[in-house]
Amino acid sequence: MNEPAGGKVPPPPARKERAGLDAAMAEPGMRARISAYPGNLTYLDLIARNKRASALLMVLMGVLAALTGCVFSAAIAAYGMGAQTLEALLPSAILGALAALVVAIGLGMWSWYQGASAILSMSGAKPITREVDLELHNVVEEMAIAAGLPMPRVYLIHDTALNAFATGRDPQHAAIAITLGLRQKLTRDELQGVIAHEMAHVRHLDIRFAMLMATMVGLIVFASDAFWRIIRYAPSGKRNKNGGGAVLVLLVIAILLAIVAPILAHVIQMAYSREREYLADAGAVELTRNPYGLASALQKLADDDDPLVDTANRGTAHMYIVNPLRKMRKSHQQINSIFSSHPPVQERIARLLALAR
Amino acid sequence: MVWLIVAGVFVVLVLVVMSMYNTLVRRRIDTDNAWSQIDVQLKRRYDLIPNLVETVKGYASHERDTLEAVIAARSKAVDLSGGRNVAQRAEAEGVLSQTLGRLFALAEAYPELKANTNFMKLQEELTSTENRIGFARQHYNDSVARYEESRQAFPTNLIAGAFNFEKRDYFNITSAAEREAPKVSFS
Repeated sequence: MNEPAGGKVPPPPARKERAGLDAAMAEPGMRARISAYPGNLTYLDLIARNKRASALLMVLMGVLAALTGCVFSAAIAAYGMGAQTLEALLPSAILGALAALVVAIGLGMWSWYQGASAILSMSGAKPITREVDLELHNVVEEMAIAAGLPMPRVYLIHDTALNAFATGRDPQHAAIAITLGLRQKLTRDELQGVIAHEMAHVRHLDIRFAMLMATMVGLIVFASDAFWRIIRYAPSGKRNKNGGGAVLVLLVIAILLAIVAPILAHVIQMAYSREREYLADAGAVELTRNPYGLASALQKLADDDDPLVDTANRGTAHMYIVNPLRKMRKSHQQINSIFSSHPPVQERIARLLALAR
Repeated sequence: MVWLIVAGVFVVLVLVVMSMYNTLVRRRIDTDNAWSQIDVQLKRRYDLIPNLVETVKGYASHERDTLEAVIAARSKAVDLSGGRNVAQRAEAEGVLSQTLGRLFALAEAYPELKANTNFMKLQEELTSTENRIGFARQHYNDSVARYEESRQAFPTNLIAGAFNFEKRDYFNITSAAEREAPKVSFS
């Protein structure tokens, strides 16, 4: 990989030179060259993909919730009421599945309409008016124009960490949040790169998927947590009465589900969001036609020792521009494991600079 | 049986034509929306200029030539606005960008003017407006590229021809003037 020497992004060409480049790139014949996405991909493909993935996720969420409810209530019945045969377990299993499905649908609807505001208030983001920060609003609006989308709401997170994220169910209801630390540290070009990255998430509809994902991960973590509590506090005396095989099977499934589900949810979540970060970087270049701004902003993010956002948690980590949770990220940057929600920053910078040629 | 097949083929054909027609319509609407966004931003620039000229006059009234050039370029651009002659408008807007660039370059020589909060705010607004025009143009050209691709490529070109989908022009600023114009940046 063509890693920049000493972790420094080479200085971008002089402004004037780039203005000429911009003009040249607007020529119709040059369009093929400015396509920043890999292969023949366009943002329209990404939108279609995210719509499909979101719908699938909602179905999966329902199935998973029903299954979990089914197993949980069967386990409760086996433990608490001494039900031993499959026939005895069936009514409570069905009831549990239905109840969980109803809860999941309710939660899904709540997430659809209220998820964005919940995420924003959870991360302590406050709306910021145009009068207070003219430049930030101008930059956001410029990117909205470049993407041909309505202006998203702009939020500020009062945190010294350097980070940003976008959320909402669609571009008409989108919001972009940036930490105070990042806002203060970036030049206009770098700010434009970061906002373009977030606008690319909005444009690709990643925000919808990420929002549903946050809900689902929250749901799974909550459910498995509840299950452990049930196991711990269940009366153990009734367990060993001429043990039916059915109960054993159910218990094994329940325990497996409780252990595997959260891990699986995280692996899926991370795998998806890592690819999305690269694509959003590409989308940002498609909007700004200037890879240097985002590249040098990412370098500043990587160089910072205080990357942690106090209000971020496992459910929302994947939405940020760089991982807000991992301590000492520098030592982890090279690791591209299945558990990391974000690709190594140096790799992202290298890919961005490769677009500049 | 044969009739069933013929009917089936016919239905499929109609559906295919319909979807191609709808794609063309959607992309034409996209270009028109993108075009109106350029107009909005150009209008925004026209509105900012009188205020800017007044502010500069207070500090550098003897820079008559530059100020008058800006005013003249603006009124030429305003006169042409509303029309759909893309080439002519692009030319006039290019000249306006250039004269504005000269005005901001001139402001460098007046420290009191540069320190004026109203001027600083106008400078940020005009910088942003220049960028917005550029990005709106970029979005428009991308939309035109997508529209023209489906208008000219087989088989959608048959539909485009049959239903008279007219050509859309790129908003290219081809005059050397705009390319040499310094892009104002105050970060």
